[in-house]
Amino acid sequence: MAKKAFSKADYLYWFELMLLMRRFEERAGQLYGTKIRGFCHLYIGQEAVVAGMMSAMGPNDKVITAYRDHGHALGMGISPGAVMAELYGKITGCTKGKGGSMHLFDKEKRFLGGHGIVGAQIPLGAGIAFAEKYQGTDNVCLCFMGDGAVRQGALHETFNIAMTWKLPVVFIIENNMYAMGTSVARTSNVTDLHRLGQAYDMPNQAVDGMKVESVHQAIADACNRARTEQIPTLLEIKTYRYKGHSMSDPAKYRTREEVEEYRRIDPIEQVRATILDKGYANQATLDDIETKVLAQVDESVQFAEDSPYPPDSELYTDVYMQADYPYLQD
Amino acid sequence: MSERVIAYRDAIKEAMDEEMARDERVYLMGEEVAEYNGAYKASKGLLDKYGPKRVIDTPIAELGFAGVAVGSAMNGLRPIVEFMTWNFALLAIDQVVNAAAKMLSMSGGQVGCPIVFRGPSGSAGQLAAQHSQTFENWYANVPGLKVISPSNPYDAKALLKAAIRDDDPVVFMESEQMYGDKGEVPEGEILLPIGKAHMARQGKDVTIVSFNKMMKVAHAAADELAKEHIDAEVIDLRTIRPLDYPTIVESVKKTNRLVVVDESWPYGSIASEIAFQVQKHGFDYLDAPVKRVNGADVPMPYAANLIEAYLPNPARVVQAAKAALYRL
Repeated sequence: MAKKAFSKADYLYWFELMLLMRRFEERAGQLYGTKIRGFCHLYIGQEAVVAGMMSAMGPNDKVITAYRDHGHALGMGISPGAVMAELYGKITGCTKGKGGSMHLFDKEKRFLGGHGIVGAQIPLGAGIAFAEKYQGTDNVCLCFMGDGAVRQGALHETFNIAMTWKLPVVFIIENNMYAMGTSVARTSNVTDLHRLGQAYDMPNQAVDGMKVESVHQAIADACNRARTEQIPTLLEIKTYRYKGHSMSDPAKYRTREEVEEYRRIDPIEQVRATILDKGYANQATLDDIETKVLAQVDESVQFAEDSPYPPDSELYTDVYMQADYPYLQD
Repeated sequence: MSERVIAYRDAIKEAMDEEMARDERVYLMGEEVAEYNGAYKASKGLLDKYGPKRVIDTPIAELGFAGVAVGSAMNGLRPIVEFMTWNFALLAIDQVVNAAAKMLSMSGGQVGCPIVFRGPSGSAGQLAAQHSQTFENWYANVPGLKVISPSNPYDAKALLKAAIRDDDPVVFMESEQMYGDKGEVPEGEILLPIGKAHMARQGKDVTIVSFNKMMKVAHAAADELAKEHIDAEVIDLRTIRPLDYPTIVESVKKTNRLVVVDESWPYGSIASEIAFQVQKHGFDYLDAPVKRVNGADVPMPYAANLIEAYLPNPARVVQAAKAALYRL
């Protein structure tokens, strides 16, 4: 597709969404250990991927990802309050306190989860696309994974099936360079991850994940290919997470200099600079957006604080669709 | 009108055929299910009738195609996944246990997974260690799944139809050695409830509980016991999860003795679970310890005599029943 000329509205949308993800997660990080427990994988640094996806995808397309899913959930429109309440384990969370950080879902908003087994969401994403094709829609499934997931057999089985059956799916690797603490180079001789598509004749492309415009263009093209030709695409979006793999990771496997290098090309700061440079808004307007986002984050925390935990009786709900399934309690 | 007699494999096929005709969302995928008509011919003719959109041959990639099917069930379809045998399904067990079984719970009740995983299980001649296993107890351990293991063509058809209509993920265990077995299956709609056991033979002296292919062993043992004037009651579980233990307990209240016949390895088996449930709910009615007759606690060997020594057989069940009756 022709390169899109991005508008003032695009940039202001991206800026606000990326800032919401960033500020939300900074707060979640602060609350970790006291109010938030369990696993908590922060997305900070990778925000341009979700922002570019949101502007590029179609209104009925569906999204599935792995456990680093806060950004995708917020992008797909789950309210910050429902996400924060879920991190707190409250009944008002988007999965009623049952999923937690790794399993955010909102079926109505076309977000089919946060999944916790590395790579296992890849066939699920192809299956979501299979159902769209089967039902005769022109909807696409955007299926996200980390760089660690590409070494799973599930990826290769799914790529083969998706190409053979011509499924309307876009596979998106968020390559943040580390599978937990293991660098991409230590996991395979093939470090250009998009080239894995070549084995299955799958169109593939490397994308600068620090530039939201590049992300948008690549995802728009891939969605178009899936929608009109029913051909999958593999995008390797090169991004970076500033924080550790999870809250318990001091990230000793990389240098301070490397992190600083990426902070200098921070995706939010790049968008801010473009907005100011092109005169789309002045600093005062951007400050207002920042104030608004911080207020949203404050409200989400207050909402989570004020919400009740699930009653103990919730332990035995949502296990089966069958309402009168017997003998769950020993 | 005399009852129609059909083979177990045709009962399976009829169930899928009727449910595919009834509901456009139902489709079948698996290795060799379409052009080859099924490795065991359990899908014969379905490709011709429903076309390649709904009867789909897969590559040999159990994890991949099981996951694609689960994803499609999350998004509005009702897949039937055929595993050529349950032995190969171990490659896909992550998608059955971590995805299908847990999706409803971890999505806070939003995303159900109406899917049937089916295929043959159990020993099937001299197929050695990797092709001779039963897994009912593995899947029955998992909340979120239902597990069905039918012993005859009628039950196979009626329960598979119920499984396909069920809104929860169902693991459906057939038997390689029973696909040719014939039984009475009337024309037209038949359904059986999931989670209800079947009183296959009334008796008063000892209860024998079994399921799937081992029901033949249970019946043969009951016949042998009858020759010695021991009147055995035989229960066919039909469904493994949820387990209909009230039917077992009611029988034990009458007979006061219980033998469970189960092809699987004994450790943590369905027989073990039944023994627990009966001591919990019927302890005061037991006049002898519960006996179990399982497969041997070893990998299945190849030699015919070793298989004979491995599997439950009528003589071992008779022995167990007599031990429970203190009549050895």
